[in-house]
Amino acid sequence: MPERNLLAEFKAGNIRGLARAISLVEQRDPSVRHLLEGLANGARRPRVLGFTGAPGTGKSTLVDALVSNLRESELRVAVLAVDPNSPYSGGAILGDRIRMQRHALDPGVYIRSMGARGHLGGLSVATREAVRLLGAFGFDEVILETVGVGQSELEVAAIADTTLVVLTPGLGDGVQMIKAGIMEIADVFVVNKADLPGAQKTMQEIRSMLSMGPKLSWRAPIVGASAIKGEGVDEVLAAVERHRAHLEASGEAAERAEARLKDEAADLVAEWARAQARRLLDQDEAVAGRLRRDRIPYAAAEEILTRAGGRLVPEAART
Amino acid sequence: MSEVAAAGAQVEEPARPVRIVLAKVGLDGHDRGVKVVARALRDAGFEIIYTGLRQTPQMVVEAALQEDAQVIGLSLHSGAHMTLFPAVVEELRRRRAEDIVVFGGGIVPEDDIVELKKQGVAEIFTPGAPLQSIIDWLRNRFPAR
Repeated sequence: MPERNLLAEFKAGNIRGLARAISLVEQRDPSVRHLLEGLANGARRPRVLGFTGAPGTGKSTLVDALVSNLRESELRVAVLAVDPNSPYSGGAILGDRIRMQRHALDPGVYIRSMGARGHLGGLSVATREAVRLLGAFGFDEVILETVGVGQSELEVAAIADTTLVVLTPGLGDGVQMIKAGIMEIADVFVVNKADLPGAQKTMQEIRSMLSMGPKLSWRAPIVGASAIKGEGVDEVLAAVERHRAHLEASGEAAERAEARLKDEAADLVAEWARAQARRLLDQDEAVAGRLRRDRIPYAAAEEILTRAGGRLVPEAART
Repeated sequence: MSEVAAAGAQVEEPARPVRIVLAKVGLDGHDRGVKVVARALRDAGFEIIYTGLRQTPQMVVEAALQEDAQVIGLSLHSGAHMTLFPAVVEELRRRRAEDIVVFGGGIVPEDDIVELKKQGVAEIFTPGAPLQSIIDWLRNRFPAR
């Protein structure tokens, strides 16, 4: 598809326009700016749910069930499923669609698999822009799904309004292991496969762990579910709604929205500046020579910033 | 004009990996082959979106459009390739997405391969085809940018 048609395709509601735009975002193509600024709904933000948890805990199945529920309320739902890339080949097998077959032909559902591959400014920049595109395209809810293996879940949690951590019985030491990492980002805990032995114990362990922490204005609820049987899915959504109500009532929603915007602007500056710095370092003998002489990078970095000044905006993003 | 502007300021881009939707179409549960291929292509640096079993041509094409894939790889061992492979090509045409390349793998007789290629399937790999031949074919078709 020629790029000049992208805006038209996107505006016409053609799914290919959206898919291509998300690819541009993944490649960090600066021209996406013109697309977003050229859309009437460019600033429309969907509600964002984040799901994370160890592989095999049933995230995709749970998301699949949740999509069905949301569709019953006629909401348009997009799923961004982030899977890790191989650190060796860069390749990936993205298999989250397998669990979401029943929505494959529903025009109100869009499913996109993303590799967590070496996004320069981190996955969060690309994901945030993808969320923007989905909102502008007319999706009401965006579900971000990510494997909790240290590559992406923290960044994704920063984007989501509500973050759900999915656990299962029998993880045993697994619960201990992730305590320090993803346990802290949960707004809602889901103990999936709750029909298996040990579910009560797992819920008890989470409860006990939470009781050791500081008293917060929001206490993350623990919901048991069996996604594959469709049990507990309503309760999960109810917990999400309660969390959303809490965010609104406490004023946290507005605070977070502002913080997110500031993050977004700062990350863009960092991304643009990094690109220019690389270019100067590779192409400008004065800068490179200084670096070779100094053997310490501070003076060269300062010189780059001073020199680049107002010309940090990439050409393709200039107006 | 400073050197910065002269350099044609561009944000450095990670090369776009080729995205491939791999699917089993029709009523065929033999998925060992497609999983082996998926694994090999992953290790060769491709992004594989695996959709699983029992896909209709409509589902496969919809997945490729939503995922912005450049390639669809179909696996079939049930003998229905003369119906299902062209159906995917036809569905791509209907959705105005003929630029997406379709290739297939499975137990496909020589004569059928000739006919399928006439109908727009780019390549067919039969049992015994070295994995490297699939990788080489894809790399040749999509040279790294």
